[in-house]
Amino acid sequence: MSAVAVRARPRRNAAASIWAGVRYHVLTVYSALFFLYLLLPIAVVILFSFNHPTGKFNYTWQGFTWDNWRYWNGVPGLQSAITLSLEIAILASIVATVLGTLIALALVRYGFRGRGATNILIFLPLSTPEIVLGASLLTLFLNLNVVFGFWTILIAHIMFCISFAVVTVKARLVGFDRHLEEAAMDLGANEWVTFQRVTLPLIAPAILSALLLCFAISVDDFVVTYFNSGSSITFPLFVWGAARIGAPPQVNVIGTAIFTIATIAMVTNVLIQNRRARTAAAAF
Amino acid sequence: MSAVRDQSPAGAPPDAAAAAAIPDVRLVDVTKRFDDVVAVDSLSLEIPRGSFFALLGPSGCGKTTTLRMIGGFEEPTEGAIFLGDRPVTGLPPYRRDVNTVFQSYALFPHLNVRDNVAFGLRRKGVKGKDAVGPVKEMLHIVGLEGLEGRKPRQLSGGQQQRVALARALVNSPRVLLLDEPLGALDLKLRKQMQLELKAIQHDIEITFVHVTHDQEEAMTMADQIAVMNGGRIEQLGTPTELYETPNTAFVAGFLGVSNLIPGMVASEGTVQLRRGPLVHVSPEVIRGRSGDVAVGIRPEKIELGDGQQNVLSGRVVESAYVGVATQYIVETPCGRITVYVQNARAGSEAAPVGSALTLSWSPEATFVVDSTEEEPA
Ligand SMILES: Nc1ncnc2c1ncn2[C@@H]1O[C@H](COP(=O)(O)OP(=O)(O)O)[C@@H](O)[C@H]1O
Ligand SMILES: [Mg+2]
Repeated sequence: MSAVAVRARPRRNAAASIWAGVRYHVLTVYSALFFLYLLLPIAVVILFSFNHPTGKFNYTWQGFTWDNWRYWNGVPGLQSAITLSLEIAILASIVATVLGTLIALALVRYGFRGRGATNILIFLPLSTPEIVLGASLLTLFLNLNVVFGFWTILIAHIMFCISFAVVTVKARLVGFDRHLEEAAMDLGANEWVTFQRVTLPLIAPAILSALLLCFAISVDDFVVTYFNSGSSITFPLFVWGAARIGAPPQVNVIGTAIFTIATIAMVTNVLIQNRRARTAAAAF
Repeated sequence: MSAVRDQSPAGAPPDAAAAAAIPDVRLVDVTKRFDDVVAVDSLSLEIPRGSFFALLGPSGCGKTTTLRMIGGFEEPTEGAIFLGDRPVTGLPPYRRDVNTVFQSYALFPHLNVRDNVAFGLRRKGVKGKDAVGPVKEMLHIVGLEGLEGRKPRQLSGGQQQRVALARALVNSPRVLLLDEPLGALDLKLRKQMQLELKAIQHDIEITFVHVTHDQEEAMTMADQIAVMNGGRIEQLGTPTELYETPNTAFVAGFLGVSNLIPGMVASEGTVQLRRGPLVHVSPEVIRGRSGDVAVGIRPEKIELGDGQQNVLSGRVVESAYVGVATQYIVETPCGRITVYVQNARAGSEAAPVGSALTLSWSPEATFVVDSTEEEPA
């Protein structure tokens, strides 16, 4: 009985390993196709940042050049558009993250009148079509007789970024063990020291995520910005304007740069996480 | 309240005896309501200095809430709390000289063991290297040397528990509060930690208030136990007092097994069983009761045969050999009685099911509690 079982085992193992091999390769092929689909457009963007177009249009490959990279700001209006976008994105993400963190703390920690309503209102900008958001804000600004430009863009961006910040930080706070703060107070820390020494370090990853998310959303926002920018031009508005008359290859240069920076940041993050997980495992 | 063990530290002022007489924790008519739930119901309590005090009761009886009010995490709805002679009602946790070991340990996940333990000292303004000595000593006491650099998630449950203990004790609080600190440990480790905790408490002479729902744990560790039920203290006493002379059916049932037989007080030292003979009890356990009561006897205090003053006969309906003892269920006119008979002599035959047995027990082994039956409508 046991001999049969012993003899039977290798065959089953072989079958299993073949099946595993097939599945392994199917997955590989599938993944490769999937990534091709995802990455092909990006590859084209990168490739065409080195194109040397003869006419206005950067749609057909004409020849290789470093010039677009060397003279990345050689297109009138491009540099100022990028500067404006970065300014807005940095300010909006910081303000939205600070406010969003405070709102998240209030929503998770305190029972107050209108908490349910606030919770819903926070979600509204996430679920409302951007075009509605932009148009309504335009109406509001018009009625208030506000001068359109930097400040209206900033206010608009803060508005739709806050929701993302609240949702991100709230997710972390919901899983937060309240006993940690009680323990800090038990050990002699007052409310402020407790926040500084315990709460803040523990929600810092969420705050950082919120900051990056807000930055990413702000820097490439088009719809809401378009309604509320007046005569100011952010990078997405510039690209849109340029595309109508033929986008210069410098747009691809900026796109490639952003993609590269984002990729490096992501890979670094993953490496750090892995390292941490490994040292944690090694300590046992 | 029974005598306090003399644990006033050497070199204490001359009126140390007077200081020791002031209880470390005093609750006066404390009530805590959460909306319509009364978690703690006008509870008064004095915890003597240097004692190992247990709050024992079933889940939901208000133990944690009581502890959290002492620690300052909840404010009483009514009543006052004193630590020593200082009223602390309304003070935040960081202004109270108590520390807590939380059930979930609540170790700071972003700090290593050393910084976790030093957290309280740092808040007291102990700078830099000055905290190293006390932290090292405390980690030695709890047996965690060499793990200073680890993060909490790199420790086992038992080790985390020790860090939580060290983190609280390093501040030398007046009182240490422990909320089911051993609840998350496996049985073997729990038994070991019970003894260790007891030994540590004995060495450092800090008052421990230990919350648990495990009667065995409370009996093993505590000098004094307050048995809680429904937000109130049912009975307070030493483990022996609570076991030998429980005051209520709840206490009798919560601490071990007991037989309760309905009856009526007949005289100062006798109770007439409802469907049985007159039994003799010591007058103290009646405590001035009259009318309907229940007489209680622990199963191991009952002898086979009529060697004792109180006698009851019946028939064996169940008999179980459990090694150290044989457990009988005996059907008597007063209901089913559980009896444990020690198997002291080798080869003694167990009484077979269906056989007649005579049970007897001494008046000293008998206690009396309030009637367990519903008031007749
Ligand atoms: N924050 C709270 N809000 C509402 N009810 C509570 C709260 N804390 C405790 N309770 C209630 O008070 C009662 C006592 O709880 P607790 O003190 O935790 O009991 P124990 O620790 O003895 O299990 C329970 O009925 C519980 O549901
Ligand atoms: Mg509890």
